Amino acid sequence: MIGKPIAPGRGVLETTLRDRRQSGDKLLVPYVTGGMDDEWLVTVEAVAGAGADAIEVGIPFSDPMIDGPVIQEASLRALGRGTTPAGILADLGRLHIGIPVVVMTYYNLIYRAGHQRIAGLMAESGVSGAIIPDLPLEELEPWAMAADDAGIATVLLVAPSTPPERIAAICLRSRGFVYGVGRMGVTGEQSSLAGSAREVAERVRAATELPVCIGIGVSTPEQAAAVCEVADGVVVGSALVRRLLEGAGPVGAAEFVSSLRVALDGG
Amino acid sequence: MSSPHSGPRSLSESELIMGDPGPTGRFGEFGGRFVPESLVPACMELEASFRRAWIDPAFRRELDHLLHSYGGRPTPVTECLRLSEELGVRVLLKREDLAHTGSHKINNVVGQALLARRMGKKRLIAETGAGQHGVATATAAALFGMECVVYMGAVDMERQALNVFRMELLGAEVRSVESGSRTLKDAVNEALRDWVASVDTTHYCLGSVMGPHPYPWMVRELQRVVGDESRAQCREILDGKDPDMVVACAGGGSNAAGTFAGFADGTSSVLVGVEAAGGAAMHNGIPGVLHGMRSALIQDESGQILEAESISAGLDYPGIGPEHAHLAAIGRARYETADDTEVVEAFQRLSKTEGIIPALESAHAVAWVIRMAGTEVLPTGSTVLITLSGRGDKDVAQVRDILRRGETTAR
Ligand SMILES: Cc1ncc(COP(=O)(O)O)c(C=O)c1O
Repeated sequence: MIGKPIAPGRGVLETTLRDRRQSGDKLLVPYVTGGMDDEWLVTVEAVAGAGADAIEVGIPFSDPMIDGPVIQEASLRALGRGTTPAGILADLGRLHIGIPVVVMTYYNLIYRAGHQRIAGLMAESGVSGAIIPDLPLEELEPWAMAADDAGIATVLLVAPSTPPERIAAICLRSRGFVYGVGRMGVTGEQSSLAGSAREVAERVRAATELPVCIGIGVSTPEQAAAVCEVADGVVVGSALVRRLLEGAGPVGAAEFVSSLRVALDGG
Repeated sequence: MSSPHSGPRSLSESELIMGDPGPTGRFGEFGGRFVPESLVPACMELEASFRRAWIDPAFRRELDHLLHSYGGRPTPVTECLRLSEELGVRVLLKREDLAHTGSHKINNVVGQALLARRMGKKRLIAETGAGQHGVATATAAALFGMECVVYMGAVDMERQALNVFRMELLGAEVRSVESGSRTLKDAVNEALRDWVASVDTTHYCLGSVMGPHPYPWMVRELQRVVGDESRAQCREILDGKDPDMVVACAGGGSNAAGTFAGFADGTSSVLVGVEAAGGAAMHNGIPGVLHGMRSALIQDESGQILEAESISAGLDYPGIGPEHAHLAAIGRARYETADDTEVVEAFQRLSKTEGIIPALESAHAVAWVIRMAGTEVLPTGSTVLITLSGRGDKDVAQVRDILRRGETTAR
């Protein structure tokens, strides 16, 4: 099995992101819905080549309750094409992009497959981490233990509504990085950055040594640069997926990701 | 903690079959709180507020007063003389159809609206299937002067058009949900999405014993008035005895849970929940996690949730409340199904024999009793209480169309 962690909490994902931060770079984590079109794997490769530090791949679920219309639509298209969790993982296993892959999915798909079984499948496919937004701290353990054993970093989320003691507890249990939720709401593009994005970034930075990336409501290069004045990095989902839904294709996706990279690099 | 219930109880909460599920909201292996981090603090705050309110005599007095003076409680238990004679079993109906707004949904909603006011929330949101919960929520919002938004699947808005208009009359905004199967499941998703963005000002008034903790427990407690009243009323009618069997329809399972709560502990009445054949989570489902809870869900081999398919919008849901999954697992309740055809027959039969037009949801419970009467499951001479969860006014146009078309399977 590949991807065994060096020590619990220091897998490929955390090491890669820490190294990038160490060298003074901001972290860019684009999100693509797995299976959303025929070209999605090419898109992942193109995005990786356009300056991403890690990539988040959504495994579509029938009832994506924390997602807004754009990612709902991408999920629907993916499911309509017969996309399955096992299929996505198998596809990812054939990919060589040189940056860590983090899967994002809903808990029922994990629960249905079985914790150990799917954690093992993820590891075999070279996946480094997992984000499961409907699995909060209190319900985490059975999955997190299986994930730790398989060397899959379970990235936990901190929300604008999370009280301070809870932030500390979440940061302690998070692996790879901590995902700061930029705004109270579902995924989707915003014309301006919510004030809560910087606040969450500050609070989480103060609570952990882990890299801190802000996602949900980060839509443009300017917003990404602004939030990275405080955060270590950003996750950009809907803004990229919308372009893909509109037919931007791998080339258009890479262009957009490059523009985010340039903004984060201070250009 | 002291028992929040009135009346003598010798068992502590944790020993009761339908007791307090504790801070993790567990009913055996079911329940829990599987929500995004953004909503966890709100669920915790809601749980704390409900725990305080439920043992606060002033809250209970106000709730009881409203349920009585506004909601029309207690609702009667009616003995069905003609139907009983035809079936050979003694049929009693708990008449939630006579409650204000026409169903048991008002019990839950008045309680949650009072709680929302205590918590300083100014806006109520709700999901609705048949529209009954939406109407009840819109009603409570009007009563308390709150803003109200109801999410309803596009399919349901069409088949329950009258209830859409009722909600609008009551001052609520009804938002059509176009995603997924465009029924109850998707309305819940959309209400949750609203709540994530509005949780500071808004209370999510969930309509059944489902969702994340504390909802399954809180809604059951707010609905247990149905079971507690029924138990006492049955004893009066049955000379101090309990019915042999207690039957209720189950979508999310709130009228069933409220009814069962009056009988699960301290009687040997057989408890039966009747699901729609096309949305039978207990029969065709397996454990999974959706809408914040672990429970029985209809899903494919990957865990994608399947669409329920039923004539009755209120039962068109691929899951069921977690406590029902638990009651089945420990053998305290059993879960059966009724199909669209027998439901439409039961709808007409109760109307003709008793002069009571039941909601299509409630007609599932009636249909199952009609089918089982005289079998070893429900032998001749036995006594059955059916919770008639609501009245059928909302369904008459749909049933008329079905009968005109001469079929019972189409929506
Ligand atoms: C009259 C009536 N009965 C039953 C139900 C199903 O809900 P539950 O299973 O929570 O009682 C509904 C829901 O819309 C309803 O309107």
